[in-house]
Amino acid sequence: MKEFMSLVRRDLLLSWREGGAIGTALGFYLIVVAILPLGLGPDLNLLSRIAPGVLWVALLLAALLSVDRIFHNDYEDGTLEALALGPLPLEAITAAKCLAHWISTGIPLTLTAPVLGLLLNLDAQAFAVLVLTMLVGTPAVSFIGAIGAALTLGLRRGGLLLSLLVLPLYIPILIFGVSSVSAVISGPSSFTASFLILCALSMASIVLAPLACAAALKLNLQ
Amino acid sequence: MQKYANPTRFMKIADAVLPWLTTATVILFVAGLYLTSVAPPDYEQGHTVKIMFIHVPSAWLAMMCYTIIAASSVGSLIWRHPLADVSAKTAVPIGVAFTFLALVTGSLWGKPMWGTYWVWDARLTSVLVLFFLYLGLMALWQAIEDPSRAGRSAAILAIVGFVNVPIIKFSVDWWSTLHQPASVVKMSGPAIHSSILIPLLVMAAAFTCLFFVLHLRAMQNEILRRRVMAMRLLQVERAANVEAGAPAE
Repeated sequence: MKEFMSLVRRDLLLSWREGGAIGTALGFYLIVVAILPLGLGPDLNLLSRIAPGVLWVALLLAALLSVDRIFHNDYEDGTLEALALGPLPLEAITAAKCLAHWISTGIPLTLTAPVLGLLLNLDAQAFAVLVLTMLVGTPAVSFIGAIGAALTLGLRRGGLLLSLLVLPLYIPILIFGVSSVSAVISGPSSFTASFLILCALSMASIVLAPLACAAALKLNLQ
Repeated sequence: MQKYANPTRFMKIADAVLPWLTTATVILFVAGLYLTSVAPPDYEQGHTVKIMFIHVPSAWLAMMCYTIIAASSVGSLIWRHPLADVSAKTAVPIGVAFTFLALVTGSLWGKPMWGTYWVWDARLTSVLVLFFLYLGLMALWQAIEDPSRAGRSAAILAIVGFVNVPIIKFSVDWWSTLHQPASVVKMSGPAIHSSILIPLLVMAAAFTCLFFVLHLRAMQNEILRRRVMAMRLLQVERAANVEAGAPAE
């Protein structure tokens, strides 16, 4: 456990000192959300109706942009191999790195979402729910994304391939994230049902994704 | 099972089985298409109901094919068996084709029946996700050059993506969808009249045989391709050895 926490702390510290990555993801999030009203026209009613979906889709894209950094740098400079030789099993290493990615990317993106919600005229009662669902859903985004990152490690054109592999797996998160927010705003459907499924998706991916990641990393570290 | 997984033995068995299987496929297709053409038109849907004889078997096969890929992937990850690898790889393009066929025929059927080519209901969406998963598998196979590494990477992805197959199967029961619920495989027996059910089952059998013919043939080709590749590598290695050895003599 001590090694696990120190690995999380190391990754957080690295991403903090590197700066760049999280700034880019947040900037991308802002640009995508800002560009949509320009394409769709500034009708506030329309924007308010599609706001939860736009915020979720843009969040997934922004997270996708940063997800290949989970393993990439450590793979390039050989740190990953050193870690794999250490006392921590590979599953725990990947879990620690995904956790660090969630804290350093998932949480900042989630906290930016309500600010961007203002741009899209998001319904007032939806703000708290939006943050809550994103807080619950983003761990799944990091953990599932890590599978793609591990599979495409060291490949040319890995980034494009990564999005092709990971976005289909993100679809359930998107569906239940958006439907639980819209349930609060307007929907006849129940908030609890979608929200609980979202929680289940997150928990299942936290448990299962490190296994798949570790298997994929083993291939790359031979 | 392990005994039959030897590539050479597999080639022999496939050679013996393929002519019979091909004949069966042709017979079943002739019978199925004949039965389809004489099947009575539906009192509501008219002749468009006949799209079903292509649509339903394609959709079944799309799921069966992914299941075969996932099962082969388990085999190739656990036992590192090259034949499981070959089976998983060659099933992907066939699966894409059947999924595409299911989507296209479904949307052609949807236009006269539902008034639209596409709706975002649970069944259609989950089949579209299946299509994307297939494309991802194909892309991963092409992106990694070393075949054994590509095989195991694709196997991991295939197993992760397998979550989607039960979702497709049960989507019509879990959510209320425009797509009709299961009508053939049910506890209470099929909800389709025999005049339509029998041609459907014959067509399904024909499609399944076609799949196995294509799959076995593709597996044979892949095995031969790998042998050619290995022989070429050997030739290059020998040539390099001769060149390196020549000055010393």
